[in-house]
Parts: sequence; structure tokens; C-alpha cells
Amino acid sequence: MEQQRNASSLGMWIFLGTEIMFFGGMFLAYLVYRMWYYNEFAAGSRSIDVVLGTVNTAVLICSSLTVALAVRAAQMGKRRLLVTLLSLTLLFGLAFLGIKGKEWYDKFEEHHVPGPSFSAQDIIEKYPQIPIEPAPTQIYFSLYFAMTGLHALHMIIGVGIFSYITFHAWKGRYTPEYHTPVEISGLYWHFVDIVWIYLFPLLYLIDRKPLK
Amino acid sequence: MSEHILSSKLYVAIWATLMVLTVITASVAFIDLGPFNTVVALVIATFKALLVVLFFMHVKYASEKLTKMVIISAIFWLLILLGLSLSDYAVRVTGHV
Amino acid sequence: MATVAVTAEREHYLNTDYGIRSWLLTTDHKRIALLYLIVITLFFFVGGFFALLIRLELLTPAGDLVQPDTYNKLFTMHGQVMVFFFLIPSIPAVLGNFLIPMMVGAKDLAFPRINLLSWYLLVAAGLLMLYCIMTGGVDTGWTFYTPFSTAFSNTKVIEAGLAIFIAGFSSILTGLNFVVTIHRMRAPGLTWSRLPLFVWSMYATSIIQLLGTPVLAITLLLVVFERAFNLGIFDPTRGGDPLLFQHLFWFYSHPAVYIMILPSMGVISEIIPCFTRKRIFGYGAVAMSSIAIAVFGFLVWAHHMFVAGISLYSAMIFSILSYLVAVPSAIKVFNWTATMYKGSIRFSTPMLYALGFIGLFTMGGLTGLFLAALGIDVHVTDTYFVIAHFHYIMVGGAVMGYLGGLHYWWPKISGRLYPEWLGKFAALTVFLGFNLTFFPQFILGYLGMPRRYWQYPPEFQVLNVLSTAGSTILAVGYVLPMIYFLWSMRYGKIADANPWGAAGLEWKTASPPPVTNFEETPEVTWEAYNYDQIPAPEEVPVG
Repeated sequence: MEQQRNASSLGMWIFLGTEIMFFGGMFLAYLVYRMWYYNEFAAGSRSIDVVLGTVNTAVLICSSLTVALAVRAAQMGKRRLLVTLLSLTLLFGLAFLGIKGKEWYDKFEEHHVPGPSFSAQDIIEKYPQIPIEPAPTQIYFSLYFAMTGLHALHMIIGVGIFSYITFHAWKGRYTPEYHTPVEISGLYWHFVDIVWIYLFPLLYLIDRKPLK
Repeated sequence: MSEHILSSKLYVAIWATLMVLTVITASVAFIDLGPFNTVVALVIATFKALLVVLFFMHVKYASEKLTKMVIISAIFWLLILLGLSLSDYAVRVTGHV
Repeated sequence: MATVAVTAEREHYLNTDYGIRSWLLTTDHKRIALLYLIVITLFFFVGGFFALLIRLELLTPAGDLVQPDTYNKLFTMHGQVMVFFFLIPSIPAVLGNFLIPMMVGAKDLAFPRINLLSWYLLVAAGLLMLYCIMTGGVDTGWTFYTPFSTAFSNTKVIEAGLAIFIAGFSSILTGLNFVVTIHRMRAPGLTWSRLPLFVWSMYATSIIQLLGTPVLAITLLLVVFERAFNLGIFDPTRGGDPLLFQHLFWFYSHPAVYIMILPSMGVISEIIPCFTRKRIFGYGAVAMSSIAIAVFGFLVWAHHMFVAGISLYSAMIFSILSYLVAVPSAIKVFNWTATMYKGSIRFSTPMLYALGFIGLFTMGGLTGLFLAALGIDVHVTDTYFVIAHFHYIMVGGAVMGYLGGLHYWWPKISGRLYPEWLGKFAALTVFLGFNLTFFPQFILGYLGMPRRYWQYPPEFQVLNVLSTAGSTILAVGYVLPMIYFLWSMRYGKIADANPWGAAGLEWKTASPPPVTNFEETPEVTWEAYNYDQIPAPEEVPVG
């Protein structure tokens, strides 16, 4: 059992390592295009909602707290506390997805979704101090949607995993001797939080200086 | 992963630190620090990530050296991808930058 | 150990349970290895079929067999199927799965159900790939270069990209399983320095699979998104950089070639000591060279992009690094050769494949150095020189290693011996057919014949005809083992636990092994390759 827990934990850490490389590819694309099109990235960044982004960051941090406390509850065999904390985690996760959905909806309304209906005209007019072209602005939004989309997909998978874990916790399956699934699911959740910790400044805070 | 059970107070303290750092990150973005805006933002983000990894993910208390090796290797490999690619982008004349 | 009548009654992993469900729901690593064997052999035929059509078209200078668009599809799908559905899984999924638990003295891998999941992922990916092939195929080249693949090709790029994406997950999970198993499940006394070199090679391969494949995954996903949602990330007319795709693609695809060759090298490191009756020369150097290849292999990817438009400064860096990565491979070749010096050599079929590997891999590797030199690369890149180079390594190297390994461990896997004379004959056929197919291509490339062209100037015809002739001989050499391996499962002579007198834990258990591999967990007190303590078998086993 100890060997299995040890092995499962190592397995999850290695999997998270592969996820770092997975997101890493998009970070390269981001790096290159931010170098090439700083103005477009700056203007695009201003057009997404920094309040919602900050709130979402806080939501995920709260969810990481509840996850960490949940693992602790499992270690101590406190079933009801465990179920409560796992449920809270799920709620935070769903809140994040809801807010993200609202952000995407706003982008859709503003015609900032890449594709045939894309228009950067409103951004060009809003920030005359930042000279930009439409095509590279679309690249910013392509990366915005790709990166937040992939992150959201990982959140959805996390919500799925935690629904399963919460159900089994409620059924009393986890004890101080056996709570490996809670631990390794927690590792996954924290990782998804860390990705967002980087996405937030990279996407939302490129350039928020007051404009003359 | 050790069976070292951390106090809930510690977790809450880490949480509070993370929240404060988030507010700081967002606020500092509105101040003109020139190129240092990006540096400050990434430094704070890295510090936050470290707090999550070391405390929420228990790595500080892990007896396994292998866990730390895995994390360091993955980050190092990401840096290879970014760094060696930059050897092309930093020098290539493209008319963009 | 087991002789004629006993095997029929003794319970082992093949006869322990019958019926399709016992196979499709198995978590036994040995059965999963055989499931993989079936799938990748199927894809070998699919990829080989495309190869034969290519060689048939190239018999004549004119493009008279297929349309040019069709020819583009042929070489694309030959490459994709062979790389992602045959070579990358081959040794890890078949021999690695079967042997690693036994070589470390364990009952199974660390995560048996994830192992089964890996197989199902490859099957799902394969079905999507077959769907793609049968509904029109894809014509972008196996390299999917943008913006052709994202904006201009009107073939099934999305399906092919997704199929390879899914296959990548299969590869990642296999690597994950191997790393955790090797770290956590070694038998008592089995220190790292007592591990067989095959295990070291598989460990190094797994590291590459884990760190590289995710980048391919995100790259293909971005191509799929770009095509599906009309994005523009890789489209130069909309501010995108086609070279960004190439950097991301080759960051995986260069280490991928080490995924394909390292396992074969591991096989060779097992075969040579056994058929020379000597400990491998320089165990530490060979083990460390596997790790070195895995690490350095990630630092050279842009040598595929020398003429694509990267900065000259960057090209120089990657050229120097590419020279460095050859060093660990050379170390292995020297050590294998030194092992054979004053050894008691026996030319059984596995040894023939191993010797062929050493010669052909060396040629392929040396021609890689030609390509790493910027001045030469400018002339021979995108010609048949490159094609010959990588086929010498992937076919002359990796496939020969795979076949050698299959022959070496066949008695363990099946409990039967294959007919030795047929084995030797097939090995020689493969060797001759291979060289006749690909050596002329070095010359063709040097003379200037470009790759991926469906017609060519008449002065190149003679060499092309030789190459096509070789390919038919090569095909015969590949089909023969499939026939006699199948035949041997019913009619082959029964093998005992250790027909070759080989070292290694896998040879200390019955052939075929029991479900849990060992009756009791072994405890290892000896060094690897202790051939001074193992007597050679009196007679050469013949099927």
C-alpha cells in the first residue's frame, strides 16, 4: 500500500511535468509574438476585464486552500469535514468556469473572437496612443483563447475528477491509511491553479499604465 | 509525499499571502515602472507558484528527492525550449522587431 | 526446466484464461505487449504498402502511376504511419512492456490499468488514422509544415493531427509507467548498476517520451485550431511565423528519432554479450551514453531548419550541438565492438541482426554528421541523401534491432523456437534488400535528386530501379518472420527457460512465463552480464 501510494504520487508528479511541457509550447508562441507585436498585445490586454481576471485568480487560490485542507482532513480521518471542503473546492471551480464563460461571452459580443467575425476596430479607436494593426491583434486573441481555453478544459477535467472524489469521500471510502486519490487529485488541482497564476499577469497585465 | 500533517493555520497563512500578492500584482500593473512591470509581475507569480508547490503540494516536506528532480527537470526542459528558440528569434532579422 | 509434455500442462500467461474478454480486459503486461504486437504489425503493413507504391511510381522518371497530389499523400502517410504507429511504439510497447517488469524482478508494471489504457489510446488513434487514410488521406508531408497544412491543403489534416495527438498520449503514458516501475519496483539487491542496459535504454527513452511528446501534442492542437477556427498564428500573411511551427514541431520530432533508436540500442546491448559470452565492455559508459543521448537530443532540433530561414548564428549553435550528440552514440558502437574482441562469437539469428545494426547504424550516423555540417547541408538537404540517412538509422538501425529483439526473446514470449535456418535466411534477405534499396539513394541525393518529387530527370532512373528492386527483396525479408513466428507458435520446437544461456532475470523463469512472472520475488546478488558464471548452451538451439 505504501509502495503503491509512493508510486501513484511519483506518477502524478511526472504527469504534471508533461503538462508543464504541454502548456510550455503555447508559452513559446506567446513569447515570440509578444516580442514581435508588443503594441497589439498591450492593447489587446487592456481590452480584457482585469477585475474579473483578478477575481478569478482569487477564486482559484481559495480553491487551492480548500483542497489542501481537504487532504489534511483525509489524513486525519475527518469524513464530514473532508466532504465539505471537497464540495467547496467544486464550488470554487465552477465559479471560476462561470466567470471565465462570462469573459468569453463579452469577447464574443465585442467581436474579438478570432475568425471571420473578428474586428479590432474598437480597440484601435479606443487606444489611439498605441499604434496597432488588426492582424497581429488577432494573434493576441488567438493565444488568449487557446491558452485560457486549454486551461479551462483542464479545470473542467478537474471538476470531473473532484466530483468523483467527493462522491467517494461521502461514501466513506477514504481513511487516514488510504486517501491517495485525494492527494494526487489535489496535486493536479494545484497545478492547474499555478498555470493560471502565470496566465493572469501574462494575459491581463501586459500594459496597464495610465495613457496620456 | 510525507504523512507530515501541517497545521490549518499554516495553510490559511499561505492563502492570505497568496491573496495579498494577487492584489499587489494587479495594483502594480497600473503604475509605470517601464520594463520592470513585466519583471515584477513574473517574480511575484513565481513566488506565488513556489508557495503553492512547497506548502500546498507538500514539496517542502517531501522526503523524496525524486519529486524535486521531476519538477526541476520539467522546468529546465521548458527553459531549453524557450531559450534555444530565442537564439533564433533574438537574432533573426524579420522586420517585425 | 520445462520440456516437451510439461509445458502443455503448466499454467502460464498465455493459457491461463481464454476468450476475447480475457485479452481485451487484461492488465497483464505480457498480454498487453502481444496486443501491441498485433496492432503495430498491422500498421507496419499499411506503411509498407505506401512505401511499395512510392517505389513503384519511382521506377520510371515520368509520373505515370499516380497523380502528383496522390503521390504527396503516399509519402505523407507512409511517414506518419511508420513513425507514429509503428516505430515510436514498437520496441517500447512490445519488448519494453513484456520485459521491463521481468528484468527488474517485478510482477507487473507500476500501473497495469494505465498500460491497458495506453493500448486502447493507440487503437483509437489508429482507427482515426485509418479513417483519415480511407477518406482521402493527407498530403502535407509527415512534417505538417505551415501554412500549407493550416491554410492551403484541402485534405484531412485535422483528422490526421488528432490521430497523432491521441497516439502521443499513448506514448506518454507508456513512458510514465516505465519510469515509475524502474524507480520503484526493482527487486531487492537490484541496484541501478546491476540493471540490464536494455532497462537503461528504456529509461532514457521514457524521459524523452515524457518531456518531448507534450510539445508535439500542443503543436498539432494549434494546427487543428488554426484550421478549424481560421486563426492565423502560423500564417505569414496575417503576421504569423511559419518557423514557429517548425521550432515547436522539431523540438519533439528530433528527440523522437532517439525514441526510435535508443530501445534498439538497448536490444543490441543485450544480444552482443550473450552471443559473445562476455560481459559488455564499459557498462557504465554505455548506460550513461543512453542518458546523454536523451538529454543532448533535445538541444539539436533546428538542424532540420538550416535552410528554412533561421538566423545564421542560431544555425551555427545547432550545428555544433549536433556534432556533440553523435559522441554518445559513437561510444556505444565502440563498446559493442570492444565486447566482441576475443569473444566466443556465435552467429545465431539475433546476432546477425545485431551485427547488421552496428554496421548500418554507423553508416546512418556518420551521414548525419555530413548533414550537421552547414556547408554540406545546404546542398543535400531535402534530397534523397537525407532520406537515405534516416532510413539507414530507422530501418537499418531501429527495425533491425526490433527484429533482432523479437528473435532473441521469442522463445521467452512464446515458449517456442523459430526455425533457425529460416531466421538466418530472412536476416540476410533483410540486410541485402535494405542496402540495395537505400544505398543508391545516398548517391541519388548527392547527384541532386530532390525528395518528395513524383517525377525525376531520366539520368536518375538506373539508381531508382535498383532501389525499387531492393525494396521488393526487403519486403520478402519482412514477411518471412511473420510467417515463421506464427508457424512456430503451433509447430515450433518447445523452448526451455534459457535456450541461449543468457544473463538476466527474464531468463530465470519459465518460457512462457507464469502470470506473475516469478514463483518468488528474486533477490539479486550478482552483477549484470555475469557470463563468466553462465555456461554456454552445448548446442545451438534450432527450431
